[in-house]
Amino acid sequence: MKRSIASTAAFATLALSGAAHAQEAASLDQRVNEIFANSTGWFVNLIFSPLPGTNFPWIVLWLVVAATVFTLYFAFVQFRFFGHAIALVKGDYSDPNDAGEVSHFQALATALSGTVGLGNIAGVAVAVGIGGPGATFWMILAGLLGMASKFTECTLGVKFRNEYEDGTVSGGPMYYISKGFDQLGLPGGKILAVLFAIFCILGALGGGNMFQANQAHAQIANIVGDYPGWITGVIFAAVVFAVIVGGIQSIARVTEKVVPFMGILYVVTALIILLLNADKIGWAIGQIFDGAFTGLGVAGGMVGALIQGFKRAAFSNEAGVGSAAIAHSAVKTNEPITEGFVSLLEPLIDTVVICTMTALVIIISGQLIVDAQTGNYVLNEAGSAIATVDGNSGVALTSAAFAQGFSWFPYILALAVILFAFSTMISWSYYGLKAWTYLFGEGKTKELIFKIIFCIFVVIGAAASLGPVIDFSDAAIFAMAVVNITALYFLMRLVKEELSSYASRLKSGEIKRFEH
Amino acid sequence: MTTLLVGLDGHSSGERALAHAERQAKLIGDCELIVLYVIEWSPFSFHTAEENAQRHKRREEEIAFAQERVLDPALKQLAEAGVKATGKVLHGDVADTINRVAKQSGAEQIVVGRTSDNGFSQKIFGSVTSNLVMSASVPVTVVA
Repeated sequence: MKRSIASTAAFATLALSGAAHAQEAASLDQRVNEIFANSTGWFVNLIFSPLPGTNFPWIVLWLVVAATVFTLYFAFVQFRFFGHAIALVKGDYSDPNDAGEVSHFQALATALSGTVGLGNIAGVAVAVGIGGPGATFWMILAGLLGMASKFTECTLGVKFRNEYEDGTVSGGPMYYISKGFDQLGLPGGKILAVLFAIFCILGALGGGNMFQANQAHAQIANIVGDYPGWITGVIFAAVVFAVIVGGIQSIARVTEKVVPFMGILYVVTALIILLLNADKIGWAIGQIFDGAFTGLGVAGGMVGALIQGFKRAAFSNEAGVGSAAIAHSAVKTNEPITEGFVSLLEPLIDTVVICTMTALVIIISGQLIVDAQTGNYVLNEAGSAIATVDGNSGVALTSAAFAQGFSWFPYILALAVILFAFSTMISWSYYGLKAWTYLFGEGKTKELIFKIIFCIFVVIGAAASLGPVIDFSDAAIFAMAVVNITALYFLMRLVKEELSSYASRLKSGEIKRFEH
Repeated sequence: MTTLLVGLDGHSSGERALAHAERQAKLIGDCELIVLYVIEWSPFSFHTAEENAQRHKRREEEIAFAQERVLDPALKQLAEAGVKATGKVLHGDVADTINRVAKQSGAEQIVVGRTSDNGFSQKIFGSVTSNLVMSASVPVTVVA
């Protein structure tokens, strides 16, 4: 009895001091935010600086030009080999004697779990919220073109991967840049590879980590009420720590199994909402096309819509960024190009299917406020984005839009966001680690240092506010694309050799389906 | 020469199947056994990037482990009994893989043990044995 009174008293004291700390905690969030914004601002400005005399960020043009160049150079490979890609994923061309090795499906699913996630839910809401429905059009276009970028980098990822004696494999842009340049006798491969690895670590900490933690927190706070972000951060960091440092793969395995079902549930729910509002689909598609070329009153007009669409597509499917090449390189195949074909499905599923679903649901929901007289969208007070019914942006906007179809959906979405965020973090912790070990060499202590840094950034990401986090995340991921695409231009002829050799052998029947 | 295929599962049911096949082989005389152990594996399962990177290594380990624990003792037992036999460890869907190897090797018959699993998934999807019986393209003997 005495003990329980004592412990109650102790608990009460704790609760009181907790309340006193709450205010301090809120300002802690602010301080984290301030320091973060100040220390990353220059980097963000550099990456997003506009082309001289315009407000068009050069980086967006960089990505789209690359995707277009690859599309033309490989003569629309994403459409010509689309059917073949599906057959490869189904395993039609897999040797039954390779059973037990990483299949095309598994490599694709793993890469997808790193890209499908918040970009599709929160990122699209940001794009449509700022750029209007028209951003969707540019997003889809960027997704279709991006398939060729993905094809190029993933083929190289497999071609130049490292296969170690103990049977493990490592691949990715750091390896294909340095080895590929050596093979072609080009100078500077090593420098580019190191640069890529540095940006990949920043990208892993930004888009692959802080953005995820940030939006997961926003989603939880949206349901249980506002509370300091660092609390979510600490909990997330603890779970991530348990998986990547503690080696508790069972947690990761559970998420890897649940995530695909969440993805399917998300798309099915979106489809049901669209079917229930079938009468508005025509209008929504009209809005997408009108907005794409006029902007419908959004900040920046047509160019604003275009920038947002392209930016979000690149951030969501990561085509040209080089990250997926790391995940795809583990596949079992003797033909590197087969993984290239498989990987081109990634931007299609990620951007053209899932992102478009999100965008349509948001547009149909009427969350974006339209001026009844002009038919244009009404801007918020700051004039930076379209005004929404409850002032929502990012993932909260998607949540509100889905809630109009199904009031219970925000709970499912919160769970999906948390799981997507978590699986993306696990994937990116691996990408970041590969870049880290490329720079510093392999070894238990060196790897542990990176993993601890990674966990610390989970807390920072959850505590900082969306603006600076999303800016830094984008900047870091696009910096990867600057290096990667530069290298791809030099290396793309190696992919072309593979493509023509494979295509002719496929045509002659030398490469054939296996009996299963 | 007659070829019989025996499916092992690392449990007592597999041992009973092996004993039955051994007796039959002796009765037939000019007979060879193929002893098969299949590690359940689907190319459509989900893994983390790290697991994928280590997959080849794990696969080798799994095969070595099954070879040592299940296959080698079985082959030793058959050799001592004077029965000609070869062994294989494969990954895949168990019923499909046993059937595929039976077809490829021209086996007259498949011998497997009846599994005693009665779990939930067996109720829904059927046991490996019943799936094999339903899909096999050669006669199957199920040893109780």
